[in-house]
Amino acid sequence: MREELIISGRLNPNIDPHLEIWHWQIPLYLFLGGLAAGILFFAGLYTILGKENQYSAAVKRAPVIVPFLLVIGLGALFLDLRHKLYFWQLYTTIRLQSPMSWGAWTLMAITPLSFIWAALHIREFFPGWDWKFSILKELEKFFLKNRISLAWAMAILSVILGIYTGILFSAFNARPLWNTSILGPLFLTSGLSAGAATIILFSKNHHEQRNFARIDILLIGIELFLIVHMFMGFLASTEVQIDAAKLFLGGPYTAPFWIFVVIIGMVLPAILEALELGKFRIPVIMPVVLVLFGSLMLRFIIAYAGQLSRWLY
Amino acid sequence: MRYAMAIDTKKCVGCSDCVVACQTENNVPIGFCRDWVVEIIDGTYPQLETEIRSERCNHCANSPCVRCCPTGASHYEDGGIVTVTKHKCIGCGACIASCPYDARYSHPDGYVDKCTFCLHRIKKGQQPACVEVCPTKCMYFGDLDDPNSEVSRVIKKRKHKTLIPEAGTNPQVYYLI
Repeated sequence: MREELIISGRLNPNIDPHLEIWHWQIPLYLFLGGLAAGILFFAGLYTILGKENQYSAAVKRAPVIVPFLLVIGLGALFLDLRHKLYFWQLYTTIRLQSPMSWGAWTLMAITPLSFIWAALHIREFFPGWDWKFSILKELEKFFLKNRISLAWAMAILSVILGIYTGILFSAFNARPLWNTSILGPLFLTSGLSAGAATIILFSKNHHEQRNFARIDILLIGIELFLIVHMFMGFLASTEVQIDAAKLFLGGPYTAPFWIFVVIIGMVLPAILEALELGKFRIPVIMPVVLVLFGSLMLRFIIAYAGQLSRWLY
Repeated sequence: MRYAMAIDTKKCVGCSDCVVACQTENNVPIGFCRDWVVEIIDGTYPQLETEIRSERCNHCANSPCVRCCPTGASHYEDGGIVTVTKHKCIGCGACIASCPYDARYSHPDGYVDKCTFCLHRIKKGQQPACVEVCPTKCMYFGDLDDPNSEVSRVIKKRKHKTLIPEAGTNPQVYYLI
């Protein structure tokens, strides 16, 4: 038997014995960003389609939480920076080859947009709300007049935000598990699914709930398809990617991934939603919480497992 | 100009002088290193082979760390040397995750740090500290674009390899084998 013994004198913290540079902040931020993208996408879409009243949770109620999600997400991202006082350097340049630069600028655009959208619908929660200052009232009028343009901007930017959460990882060819272009669409779909689930929670209208349950089942189906596709791609690729896939196929992340992400986070809520559509009475909170949990776990597991995967050396 | 380094694995004895010299020259914080020594024993007894390599940032011509940096802190200096501008670095860690050689680390002061080929010494016409101190003279540093430079000549003459060329990074540290 041929053996190879490698001894290295390097023991840099967070680098050796394996990479541990990104902790809970990044997956939490990616989850919140994806969820925000999902909610804003449906808000934009149903506004453009002119169905605000039919789908009032999607357009008016759920988007009110998005500014909070984004602010918490950005807070987590800020906590992750190690040279915090220089964070503004992100906004001194646009670097087209850097997914993180794309993300920073997209957030710069979509965060204020989410605040404006939430402000326009604040009366859903506080019917007596008064903006008090005339300038704010004028602004409200201006944005209400241009709400279709806002909705288009939101729909487009939310897709960029959702897909970027995956591309952030997939652009790193140094980590074979991340280095698959499937992660962009997978994280986008997962974000849309989490968004649809949250809208179900905010909805008081049975028709809207049923519509979003259908959408969610479809999105979960797409996610499962993408996951299968991802593993097919890995297993048909080079040794480093086969090793990356093995982390989930017998390796240390097998149980967490298949149990928490696939079974509890996708298959089970899809079954519950299907049963509900089939007239069984199931509390909506159950599939919603499971979908959100699965979406969060997907990001955590991909973030941590990716840092374990590496080139043969 | 294209700076490169060639390291003779047949001459390197793994004494780690290069590591100590770098830490001293560049004031590398305790517990960290910008260069390190790898020893690989391979084969089946009694046919064993040992390769000793002094490794560092490969100053790749197609650097993933420069590509992914959101602020432009990671950049190419003249001659293709990859360095980090401290006051532009936000410490996001993207470049650390992007390096297939794990050649970067997060400095305790927050910014990302790595080998600079001792750019400050090169500017003064000196050799990088690791090359300067090597007791077996196993390292060669210079301009690859100059066919008469020592590094060009030794790479032309000797069989060599780079690390993980399949990662598409086009590394500029060559190992003579």
